[in-house]
Amino acid sequence: MIGHLNQTLAAWSPAQLGLAGDVLEVVRAPHPVLALEGALVDPLDPVMVALAADLVATMRVSPGCVGLAAPQVGVAAQMFALDVTGHAKTRTCHGVFVLCNPVVVEASRREKAREGCMSVPDLTGDVKRATRLTVSGVLPGTSDVVTLSTDAFEARALQHEIDHCNGLLFLDRVAGAHAIYPRKVYL
Amino acid sequence: MTQLAVTVIGPDRPGIIADVTEALAQVGVNLEDSTMTLLRGHFAMMIVCSGPFAPVKEALEPLRGELVITVREMGPETAHAPLGAPYLLSVHGADRPGIVSAVTRMIASVGGTVTDLTTRLSGELYVLTAEVEIPPTAELPMLLRALEITAEELGVGVTLHPAESDDL
Repeated sequence: MIGHLNQTLAAWSPAQLGLAGDVLEVVRAPHPVLALEGALVDPLDPVMVALAADLVATMRVSPGCVGLAAPQVGVAAQMFALDVTGHAKTRTCHGVFVLCNPVVVEASRREKAREGCMSVPDLTGDVKRATRLTVSGVLPGTSDVVTLSTDAFEARALQHEIDHCNGLLFLDRVAGAHAIYPRKVYL
Repeated sequence: MTQLAVTVIGPDRPGIIADVTEALAQVGVNLEDSTMTLLRGHFAMMIVCSGPFAPVKEALEPLRGELVITVREMGPETAHAPLGAPYLLSVHGADRPGIVSAVTRMIASVGGTVTDLTTRLSGELYVLTAEVEIPPTAELPMLLRALEITAEELGVGVTLHPAESDDL
């Protein structure tokens, strides 16, 4: 584990949104929304707070899903939900949280691993990602910028979701011409 | 439309892919799965596509000569049903005949299958990397031991690692 957990994030719970989310349909590539750069959001906007709840609800019902970005439910916006709790490769873990307008502050120690994505269900690919990462963003329903530092699987998942917010899929970052594979195991 | 398997190989030069795919596009053929790579100065392409057999053959005719081209009709597409968990197999060591056959025989002997395999010879160094699927019934420790023994006989090193992907 590196550094210290951001206690605000670690203590956050979807209950703080004050409403239960709806389960939305997850869109699949080549849906054009997945290639759009997401708009900055107003984290205090009730519509965005509701979207945050929807992202958590949709993530919760999707088997094996550890993160879900707004474009994956058809909204080109800078917001994602994440929860890598209990994953075998997780080291530092901030539990479940939703972040608006995320920005990578610092990234280092890139390592390659194979990724799959709910929006690209039939393919996986080898992607190099930073394993030490600092990200800032705003919790929905609040206005203060929070910054978290993490590592390992949470770092990889954060980068994958931030990519979604910017219209990028893991397919845009694969490590070579022969680094995309047919999926072999479904959850 | 018939499912076609097209193979093309020939001495590398700029424009082989452009030439072949342009000829296919002109008869309305869309590439589906393909793999293309440079092997010791020869450019090799394997393409699976749907298209009309005779027009595809005809369209590729002018490219024959420097390029060896085959076009075959395939049966109805059969989806590859995964046998079991995916693994990455890596073998490297001094070059000698029989490395690929010995190692892949071990995989086959436990009912495993190879879904992708590449070899590279660099000077004296021979490198094999493969994606393999091992059925859940296979005894993995025994397979690993058998691979190690085979590798020892061949004078090469072997590793077999799970290739599970992380879903994000």
